[in-house]
Amino acid sequence: MDFFIQLVVNGLSVGFIYGISAMGFVMIFKSSSVLNFAHGELLAMGAYIFLVLVTWAELPVYAAFLLTMAACFSLGFIVERLFLRPLIGEPLIFVIMLTVGLAAMFKGLILLIWGGNLHTFPDFLPSWLSLSWGSVSVQPVYTLALVVGTIFLVLFGLFFKFSSQGIYMRSVADNQRAALSLGVNVKKVFALSWAIAALVAGMSGIILGIINGVNVHDLSAIGLKVFPVVILGGLDSIGGAIVGGLIIGLLETLTGGYISPSLRDVVPYIVLVFILMVKPYGLFGQVEIERV
Amino acid sequence: MLLAVNNISVVYSDVIQVLKGVSLSVEKGKIISLLGSNGSGKTSTLKAISGLLKPENGKVTEGEIIFQGKHIQNQSPEVITRLGIIQVLEGRQPFKYLTIEENLRVGTAIRANKSCQEDLEMVYNYFPALLARRRARAGYCSGGELQMLVIGRALMAKPELLLLDEPSLGLAPLIVREIFGIIKKINEEQGATIVLVEQNANMALQIAHYGYVMENGKIVMEGKAEELVENPDIKEFYLGMAASGDMRAYRDVKSYRRRKRWL
Repeated sequence: MDFFIQLVVNGLSVGFIYGISAMGFVMIFKSSSVLNFAHGELLAMGAYIFLVLVTWAELPVYAAFLLTMAACFSLGFIVERLFLRPLIGEPLIFVIMLTVGLAAMFKGLILLIWGGNLHTFPDFLPSWLSLSWGSVSVQPVYTLALVVGTIFLVLFGLFFKFSSQGIYMRSVADNQRAALSLGVNVKKVFALSWAIAALVAGMSGIILGIINGVNVHDLSAIGLKVFPVVILGGLDSIGGAIVGGLIIGLLETLTGGYISPSLRDVVPYIVLVFILMVKPYGLFGQVEIERV
Repeated sequence: MLLAVNNISVVYSDVIQVLKGVSLSVEKGKIISLLGSNGSGKTSTLKAISGLLKPENGKVTEGEIIFQGKHIQNQSPEVITRLGIIQVLEGRQPFKYLTIEENLRVGTAIRANKSCQEDLEMVYNYFPALLARRRARAGYCSGGELQMLVIGRALMAKPELLLLDEPSLGLAPLIVREIFGIIKKINEEQGATIVLVEQNANMALQIAHYGYVMENGKIVMEGKAEELVENPDIKEFYLGMAASGDMRAYRDVKSYRRRKRWL
């Protein structure tokens, strides 16, 4: 029984991290319907920037964290300006292919600067972050992920629901022509959604870096893992991304624990297929409102 | 003169010419109605003014559009909306997944001051039907409610010039009457200048001060609304009455010969 509970706890912790990694991906899809194949590389950029600030510049952790967030925000902004803005109005597939190119570019850049070796952050998490009940325990980093992830989730929820800028962003996702006719600055909305997405990606990159160490190949592979997560949760639902992440994480650890570790990457996809047969828009995806 | 359109030509994708020298002028505080059959270039004229031609690969190739003394032809919609020209698109384009109130709030996009409680109340005042549905998603509202919504949404921007593209499209006659009544009220109470594109010539000429008739990308007739209503050609082609004033019988259609004169 303890084994089962520990597996569930592990699964939920890993799953929550998948969920917050997927948040940035959903953000871009929601505002511009672009599937961002460079998401994993954005995660990696965040982790490496943090690495440089903590180990090389030896900044205190919280300052490094804030600076990394600012850097990621600007990075998203710049990427949109330089690469995506010229493609506004072109077919979506061009933009999606462009993100594939961006992924290759970022990966090359990271390999060029930092090489392909595994780097690690210094251990900075206080031990009181680790929780335990009896024989079940949660590592400090997962507690951190839970706290930081929840804060981001609530902030973005409030931002999209109540702030004017958030409503404009949703209006562009909904009906771009109508948004244009009312003078919504569509370019600004795209830039902002990339900036926010890169910021969230950077945040989850740091957390993943604490868990697995910083390595560009591992981190960009997580970028691919967001696909089952967001498809399961519904491509345009931020809450859905979290639930999708939890389910995938849970399935992975349970499969790894009870069936075979080598199957843990396969079973989630099989379940995904079955869930999509029942709910083709994902668990929380918006069902197309059709008027006949 | 609030807006002057001087002899503009509009071309889509560099080859398809839809407007061939359209001129019109709009005085402050008036309702101008633009009539014409499908494909005559009414919507393109509105889009040329509001800048929405651009995302559709259209361009004003000749002529000029002057709004409050500024040339605005071929400007982007972001710029033109901020000068105070808001177009209400044809066929009601709500934000389906946003609630009615959120839809209305998008109307504040061009304003520096986003606080909008008073304006929301003003819109709910004109369209009480929206107040009851303010928390409902727009995608689940009826056509009449949506038409009120998109007009209300444009009012939230406090436009100097409101361009309405076929507000009667697909609505029941009673709702059309109600909406036109409200348009007239908005014009009188807010002093809003309105350019109204319509197929429903009868309703449009009832509330408009001045009218233009378009065919094949040209203005073929213009005049005060009360004069246009009396014009025998308008009566026959747009109001569906024979010159004598009776309903016209299908078998004595002789419109072709007279129509030719217009083109």
